[in-house]
Amino acid sequence: MNSILQTVPITHYILLSAILFSIGVIGVLTRRNAIIIFMSVEIMLNSVNLLLAAFSVYHNDAAGQIFVFFIMAVAAAEVAVGLAIIVMIYRNIHTIDIDELNKLKG
Amino acid sequence: MIASLFYFLAFVSIFLAAMVVFAKNPIHSVLYLILTFFSIAGHYLLLNAQFLALVHIVVYAGAIMVLFLFVIMLLNLNAATEPVKSNMMRFAGAIAGGCLMLVLIAVLSKTNSMQPAHEANTQIGLIKNLGKVLYSEYNLPFEIASILFLIAMIGAVILAKKEPKTSI
Repeated sequence: MNSILQTVPITHYILLSAILFSIGVIGVLTRRNAIIIFMSVEIMLNSVNLLLAAFSVYHNDAAGQIFVFFIMAVAAAEVAVGLAIIVMIYRNIHTIDIDELNKLKG
Repeated sequence: MIASLFYFLAFVSIFLAAMVVFAKNPIHSVLYLILTFFSIAGHYLLLNAQFLALVHIVVYAGAIMVLFLFVIMLLNLNAATEPVKSNMMRFAGAIAGGCLMLVLIAVLSKTNSMQPAHEANTQIGLIKNLGKVLYSEYNLPFEIASILFLIAMIGAVILAKKEPKTSI
């Protein structure tokens, strides 16, 4: 059984990840709903994960896939804490519009 | 055959990711994001990373997205309450993101794409091999990750707890 990287060049994986990452950046910049911004961050994390896995196969080294594993663990912890923060903000000011979250501004 | 499968999956994941960002209703965004995660799991399968594909579906589609859905339904968000940025800001954000995409593509498409030098070992993505590496070489980070989870759990519980009505 052959590796897919013998038929698809690694450049196409790089391009796919770059496009996915940029979509995530556009989402963070254009949306005001805090939860959608969170989801865009997840897309960015996933594009990086995909690239790490592709290079792990490319270099025949399992370390890349271990790193993906750890990134998933950190992302899960981040989402749990972040959503708790969003719930608390909603309880206090009854909106999650990020333009309303300017209490820290002097 | 397998190459066309890759291009099809790539197109699907880019389309679904764009739909996540541009959907008006947050619930639709979450559903598109779940589909995006499944297409990325398909990419992992194509790369012979079966363990990663499995963990990806269990962790993301199973745990994280359920959390998102719960929070969205708990906060009763829908299209009517969706705040909309002014057109100027949306335009500026889209232009900035598009410029980033353009630069990344222009730079990264110049990389010379060599075939992998050595004979491909299709076994490294299997649970047996990954487990060996994880529990020998990366044992300490693995334990630290468990501490991270404990701290995150405590933090989430404390943050989401209702404030006691104390009057001091």
